[in-house]
Amino acid sequence: MSLVSKGMMVAKKSIKFIAVLVLMMTSISALANGGEHDQEGHGKGDKIDTPEKINAYIKHHLQDSHDFHLYTNHETGVHYGFPLPVIVWTSEGLKVFMSSEFHHDDNGHVIVEKGGVQLTKIHSKIYELEAGAHQVQFDDHHHPTNAHKVLDFSITKSVVGMLLAGLLMILGFGALAKGYKKGAIPTGMGRVLEPLVIYVRDEIARPNIGEKKYRKFMSFLLTVFFFIWILNLLGLTPLGFNVTGQIAVTVCLAIFTAIIYLTSGSKDFWVHTLWMPGVPVVLRPILAVIELIGFVLIKPFSLLIRLFANMTAGHFVVMSLIALMITMKEAFGPVASTGMSFVLALFISVIEILVAFLQAFIFTMLSSLFIGMAVEEHDHH
Amino acid sequence: MDQLLNDFSPGLFFMQAIILLVLILLMRKFAWKPILDSLQNREEGIQNALDSAEKAKLEMQNLQADNERLLQEARVERETMLKEARDIKNKMIEEAKSEAETQANKLIEQAQTAIEGEKKAAMAELKSHVAGLSLEIAEKILNEELAGKDKQLNLVESMIGDAKLN
Repeated sequence: MSLVSKGMMVAKKSIKFIAVLVLMMTSISALANGGEHDQEGHGKGDKIDTPEKINAYIKHHLQDSHDFHLYTNHETGVHYGFPLPVIVWTSEGLKVFMSSEFHHDDNGHVIVEKGGVQLTKIHSKIYELEAGAHQVQFDDHHHPTNAHKVLDFSITKSVVGMLLAGLLMILGFGALAKGYKKGAIPTGMGRVLEPLVIYVRDEIARPNIGEKKYRKFMSFLLTVFFFIWILNLLGLTPLGFNVTGQIAVTVCLAIFTAIIYLTSGSKDFWVHTLWMPGVPVVLRPILAVIELIGFVLIKPFSLLIRLFANMTAGHFVVMSLIALMITMKEAFGPVASTGMSFVLALFISVIEILVAFLQAFIFTMLSSLFIGMAVEEHDHH
Repeated sequence: MDQLLNDFSPGLFFMQAIILLVLILLMRKFAWKPILDSLQNREEGIQNALDSAEKAKLEMQNLQADNERLLQEARVERETMLKEARDIKNKMIEEAKSEAETQANKLIEQAQTAIEGEKKAAMAELKSHVAGLSLEIAEKILNEELAGKDKQLNLVESMIGDAKLN
């Protein structure tokens, strides 16, 4: 009986899933059709086939973007994907519009007029033109001279990724939490998620923070661990998220860790940091400066750079290896270059799956280590 | 470094901070707290169960040891009781034996004394009877013998003959 009903549930669920997928597909194609007629002067037949173009493409991908781009048909010049809301704080106040108004332009050619301000997008950044200007002027380094950046609170691709990761977490772990009301042993997805939670608790938090105090920091550590991991994994999908490769994201994560361990530091921690006992008095101020710099700057910096650099490098390598298919076509022929690119990209992707976990683990591990240093209490004095 | 600073988007930073903060708070309320609480409860439950099982085992062992001790004591007691009983039996037999012996000795003694007495009485009676008879016979004989003179002479002669023979 239960087996049959379970089977039914699974069937129902998969039908739901397929329905959602179909819905998404149709909406994407609808959006794509909507954008079909908006092409103007943006490289029809502009295939990405030279090393320079590939480099630019990879760089472009590593950046955040204001629309969700899936695929471009270079024959017709149609972009497939969907636009995302742009929310910017300009000199004239908050402006909200859809990114489709930029018509996929990323070089400052399309200027959007919104309630007295002229906005344009250059390399995934939104600029506000100065009053009176009608066209962006660039200097030798391709920096705009008559426009300045605005505060950009857009729902960019990274924000979509974060929201998606958050949603997945709330759904998955919410279900796990609800499952405990039915019985002490989780079922279904919970069986996978529970060991992960236990892993973070028993292998990361407890040994580093200590049995007495770890409980307080579990919410942060668990959230950060799964948040980073899911985003890293999302980055490996062809959807092409690069959220943890955005420096702003890793800075934010590191600052959260720093705020947590600086605000929860014990008296012993501050004594040891600012006025180290057992050291000649002359050296104490010097040590205090070094320790302070270490805790306030170096440790958070190491956290944010490690995550950022690893994820960015991973994406860069995977994309470069995929691009081998094109760059090596001349030298080895299409079959050999494709095969080589496939094997190498597959190999690196497997490693990237490991790195995705590893970076989440290391970030959480180091965070708990720093928290552990801060809350530690010494018995000997 | 310049590139990094240029890539840093304050807006994205802000969005990330908000999202992360909200996510931490939501997850704490709806996921982490109930999950961790349940895990802790379960682990404590398991620990308690293990502890009580251990305790029960210990109690069982104690009980078994007690039983063993009681059994041992009972066995020893039985042994002593049996031994005592045997001793008592032996003693009783011994006593009975000696009692019987003394009794028998006494009886025999009494019997001997009685026999001796009877014997003496019988002897005395016999003696007196024999004396009487002898006197009677002697009287009769005397009467007979001394009825004539011849006879008296004969008697004296035979008596003298007898006396000679003696």
